[in-house]
Amino acid sequence: MAVLVYTENWDGSFKKLSFELVSYGANLANMLGKPLVVLSIGNVASAELEKLGNYGARRILSLADPALQVFDSQAYTEAIAQVATREKAEVVVLSNNNLGKAVAPRLSVKLKAGLGAGISKLPLSTSPFVVYKRAFSGNAFAHVEIKTPVRILTLAQNSFGLVENPGTPSIETISVSIDSALVKTSVSEVQKQTGKLLLTDAEIVVSGGRGMKSPDNWGPLVELADLLGGATACSRPVSDEGWRPHEEHTGQTGKIIAPNLYIAVGISGATQHLAGVSSSKVIVAINTDKDAPIFEAAQYGIVGDAMKVLPKLVEAVKEIKHK
Amino acid sequence: MKILVCISNVPDTTTRVRFVDNNKKLDTNGIQWVINPWDELSLTRALELKDDPANGIQTVAVAHVGLVSAEPTIRKALAIGADEAFRVNAEPGDAYFVAAQLAEVVKANPFDIIFCGIESSDYNNSAVGGMLAEFLGIPSVSSVSSINIMEGKPVLTREVDGGRETVAVPVPFVAIVQKGIAKEPRIASMRGIMTARTKPIKVLEPVSIEPLTSVQEFELPPARKKCTFVDPENPKQLIELLQNEAKVL
Repeated sequence: MAVLVYTENWDGSFKKLSFELVSYGANLANMLGKPLVVLSIGNVASAELEKLGNYGARRILSLADPALQVFDSQAYTEAIAQVATREKAEVVVLSNNNLGKAVAPRLSVKLKAGLGAGISKLPLSTSPFVVYKRAFSGNAFAHVEIKTPVRILTLAQNSFGLVENPGTPSIETISVSIDSALVKTSVSEVQKQTGKLLLTDAEIVVSGGRGMKSPDNWGPLVELADLLGGATACSRPVSDEGWRPHEEHTGQTGKIIAPNLYIAVGISGATQHLAGVSSSKVIVAINTDKDAPIFEAAQYGIVGDAMKVLPKLVEAVKEIKHK
Repeated sequence: MKILVCISNVPDTTTRVRFVDNNKKLDTNGIQWVINPWDELSLTRALELKDDPANGIQTVAVAHVGLVSAEPTIRKALAIGADEAFRVNAEPGDAYFVAAQLAEVVKANPFDIIFCGIESSDYNNSAVGGMLAEFLGIPSVSSVSSINIMEGKPVLTREVDGGRETVAVPVPFVAIVQKGIAKEPRIASMRGIMTARTKPIKVLEPVSIEPLTSVQEFELPPARKKCTFVDPENPKQLIELLQNEAKVL
């Protein structure tokens, strides 16, 4: 019996998301009194794999198979299911990111294992096995009982945090048997967003809404995000108008994020917008309308015109950075 | 080619949810039910594809697992332009249960492209599409933000962490779609509403499947602390609060 964590890599490197998954897995394994097994798929150097040891990984399985070079949800499901069965995993943990959302439901059917999706805490109890998850797009949380002996969990990004637990892991190279005919996905073009902090990875996000008034006014907002080492985001009307790219849209139908700090500039805070950002640890709102719903979600607020407040904020941050 | 769009019936996304029965059930009083937003966008895209005869789409059908109370939502999908509808007459137990029922619909009525929204705005599981594909043993492409038919073959864009990829898979497959798939949801025309009345809703009885999960209770998010307002002339104070009080800088 074991807890199996699958962590993705990006061109052979792990990200905070991977370390968070391992941190979660190690704590869950401890709670269940079972060993943690970490699975990595693809070519990852030993030095990189060893980094997972800082967060409690003691046994790492490294799998490189030509059938898994392109991401095909059926083939990945097959590979992870084989490993889960071999290791007698009673819980399989993946991220609630694009890949996790694609694989976890398939894995649930393949292993007839109940799915707890988008969980943000350790289980509330292990017998019965009850997980805590977001529901109604952040307007509520649900306690979900998973009734099967094997369970699949996907962990919401930035929900658990990193827990250091350093040690040296053993690394085993493993193989699975996957018929290459199973791989039905062919990729003809890859567009990478390079050199830019990913919105879902960012710990600080500065986001603009219609109150920014025009696509030409974003200079100080971008500058503030850069100074704080954060990413930029926007509300739906802004991306619909084409003022900012679609991948910056946060909200119910856009990206769901949970940064430590979310600064909403000129965003009124419609329910659909809050659905994407309500898990942020601290929300700051800047808006001309003191009655805007965003101030109900915000911990700190400034009632004022973004065009006047933003440059002052930029100056204030610069001043503090100089000290 | 035939397209099936799986639709979920959800509370309007501006609803302030409340719970009853010891927080075990949603209080449905006064709730406006709508097509799940991602499913509505899927339906819109399916109809856009059908509008162009070069794409060779013969039928766009919708399928729903739920009780008769969901029929207004299904009629709305027909009014927007779906040709026919399937309703599996059962309380949607959990995602596994729903996907298993939808799989039976597809086994009895084959489709080439099956659209599922990436999540429903009520349970946020992102599960039915992938589960359905696994039940059927067919490919699924997730986080799909565009789909076109090129020379008779579907070509999709999928979002991956840090970029996007153009991919192709052979039919039949499940496309699990997200934002971008269609710009605005299509609105029912008066003629659409009239003709929807006579379009068929085929009611099917469920197969026996045990859900794997159940909701024990719901809770509302903890109340947020009252907002501390900072003088707009002195944003430096905000930075100090973020550093010293909230400790996020």
